Amino acid sequence: MKALRNYLDKIKPNFEEGGKYHAFRSVFEGFETFLFVPNTTSKTGTHIHDAIDSKRIMSFVVIALLPALLFGMYNVGYQHYHATGVEGSFIQMFGYGFLAVLPKIIVSYVVGLGIEFIVAQWKKEEIQEGFLVSGMLIPMIVPVDCPLWMLAVATAFSVIFAKEVFGGTGMNIFNPALITRAFLFFAYPTKMSGDTVWVSSDSIFGLGKTVDGLTAATPLGVAKVAECPAFSWDMVTGLIPGSIGETSVIAIAIGAVILLWSGVASWRTMLSVFVGGAVMGMVFNAFGPDTAIAHMPWYEHLCLGGFCFGAVFMATDPVTSSRTENGKFVYGFLIGAMAIIIRVLNPGYPEGMMLAILLMNIFAPLIDYVVVQNNISRRAKRAMSNK
Amino acid sequence: MGSLFSAKNKEVFSTPISMNNPVTVQVLGICSALAVTSKLEPAIVMGLSVTIITAFSNVVISLIRKTIPNRIRIIVQLVVVAALVTIVSELLKAFAYDVSVQLSVYVGLIITNCILMGRLEAFAMANGPWESCLDGLGNGLGYAKILVIVAFIRELLGSGTLLGFNILNYDAIKDAGYVNNGLMLMPPMALIIVACLIWYQRAKHPELQDKE
Repeated sequence: MKALRNYLDKIKPNFEEGGKYHAFRSVFEGFETFLFVPNTTSKTGTHIHDAIDSKRIMSFVVIALLPALLFGMYNVGYQHYHATGVEGSFIQMFGYGFLAVLPKIIVSYVVGLGIEFIVAQWKKEEIQEGFLVSGMLIPMIVPVDCPLWMLAVATAFSVIFAKEVFGGTGMNIFNPALITRAFLFFAYPTKMSGDTVWVSSDSIFGLGKTVDGLTAATPLGVAKVAECPAFSWDMVTGLIPGSIGETSVIAIAIGAVILLWSGVASWRTMLSVFVGGAVMGMVFNAFGPDTAIAHMPWYEHLCLGGFCFGAVFMATDPVTSSRTENGKFVYGFLIGAMAIIIRVLNPGYPEGMMLAILLMNIFAPLIDYVVVQNNISRRAKRAMSNK
Repeated sequence: MGSLFSAKNKEVFSTPISMNNPVTVQVLGICSALAVTSKLEPAIVMGLSVTIITAFSNVVISLIRKTIPNRIRIIVQLVVVAALVTIVSELLKAFAYDVSVQLSVYVGLIITNCILMGRLEAFAMANGPWESCLDGLGNGLGYAKILVIVAFIRELLGSGTLLGFNILNYDAIKDAGYVNNGLMLMPPMALIIVACLIWYQRAKHPELQDKE
C-alpha cells in the first residue's frame, strides 16, 4: 500500500495544472480517491464530517453484490449444462458462467464509466463514483442471452438520460440500473422476456455445447401462462432460470446482511418491501381473480423473480428512495405491494419489481414531503397547546 | 409595409424556422409532435397541413382584424381555424385516405394546436396580411421541420424503414444481431428526441439559455 501511495504521489504532478497529462486529471483523481481516502476537506460552508465517504459506501455495496454475482455465474453454467444434458463438474459450470457473464460486466463498466469520464472532463468536475455500483447491477439484472451491443446502448442511454442530465451522481430521480433494464425491456422485448433468453445456448471456449432453439421459462413466466409451479427449494437456493444475479435468495440474503451490518442500506425499506409483498400476496390469495399467478402462495411470490434482488439492492438505493425514516416504511411497503399487483393483474409483464421501484422512485419526494409536513404541523400543534 | 421581401419580412419568415422555433424554443405543439411522429409520412403530411392552415388563418384573421370585436375575437379565430381544418381534413380523406387514417383525430385536433392560436393572437391581430402569411408559413415550417427530424429518427431506428421503404430490415443485418428498437415507436422516445433537439439548439446558441 505504501509503495502504491508513493507511486501515486510521484506521478501526481503530471496531472496538475500545466502537467503533460492534465487532460486526464479527472481519471487520475477518480482512481486516487478510489484507492485512498482523500485527505482534503471542504473549503466552504458547513459540512457534516463522517469517517466514510461515498466511494467507500459504493465499495461496500459492490462487496455485498459479490455473493449473488458469483452464484449467478454458477447458475448460468448450471442451467446451460442442465438444459443441454451435458455432464459438467462444478468448476466447468462456474467457468462457463464466468465466461458468459464477464463480457457483460466489462461492457457495462466501459460504457458507463467512459461516459462519466467524458462528462467529468467536459464539465471540469471530479469523476463521480455512482457508476461503481450501477455498473455491477446492470449485468446482474439482464437475462444471460442479452446481446452486448444492446447492453451498451441501454447503459449509455441510462447514464446520459437518467443520470447526467439530472446533474450526475446523487441527483438522479430514477435508479440508473433499472432505467437500463426498462430501456432494454421496452426497446428489445424479444431479448428481455419470453422462453428463449434465460439459458445460454452457445458453447464458450469449448465449454458447454451449442444447441439451437433451447427454451426454458422462468417459474413466473410459467405461472403467468400455465399453472403455478409448486414451491421447491431450488427457488430459494436459486437453481432456476432467471436474470443473472436475481435467482438465489440465499446469496442475496448474505448481501443483505453485509449491507445492514455496514449500515449502508436501511432495514426499514428492506423489511417493508417484504411486508408489502407478503400482504398483497395474501390479499390476492384470498380475494384474487381466478388465475394461476393470483393464487401463487405469498412466500413463493417473495422468492421468485427479481423481488429479493430489488428489495435488497434497488429499493434501498439511498439516492432514489425516501430519506425520512417513516417515509421509508411507506415507500418500501408500496414497492412490495405494487410489484405483486403488476405481476398478478397486468397480463403483459410477468415481473413487476422493476416497474414498481421506478414508479415509487417518482413518489419518494412526495412521501418525504408529507412526512416532513406532518412532523411540522404536529410540533406546531404541541407548541400551541403548551402556550 | 415596405417591399414584399424586405429584410424585416425575411426575418418574420425565417426566425420561426430556427431561432424562435415554435416547438424547440417556445415548446408549443408538443402533443401532436409526440402522436404523429412514429412514421415519416404522416409527420410530413401533418407538418404541411399545419403550415397551410396557419398561413391561411393568419391571412384571414389579419384581413378582418380591424372589424373583429375584441371581446369575441377568440370565437372568431376558432371559427376561421375550424373551417380551414375541416377543409384540410376533407381533402386528406378524399385524396390521401391512408394517411388520414394514420393521423386519425390529430388532423381535427389542429384546431387546438397552441401554435395556431398563438400566432393569431400574437401576430395576425396586429400585422398586415402579407406579413401574417409569411409568419404563418414560417411557423408552420418550423413545426414541420422538427416533426420530420423526429419522425426520421423514430421510423429509421424503430421500424427500420423510411417512408415505408425498407432500409434496415435485411437478413444480413438481422443475422448480425441487429434488432429494431421498439421503444422508438412509443411516445416517450419522441419526447426524449425533442429534448435532445432543444439541448442541441441551446448548446449552440447560448443566448437561448435561461439566465440564472
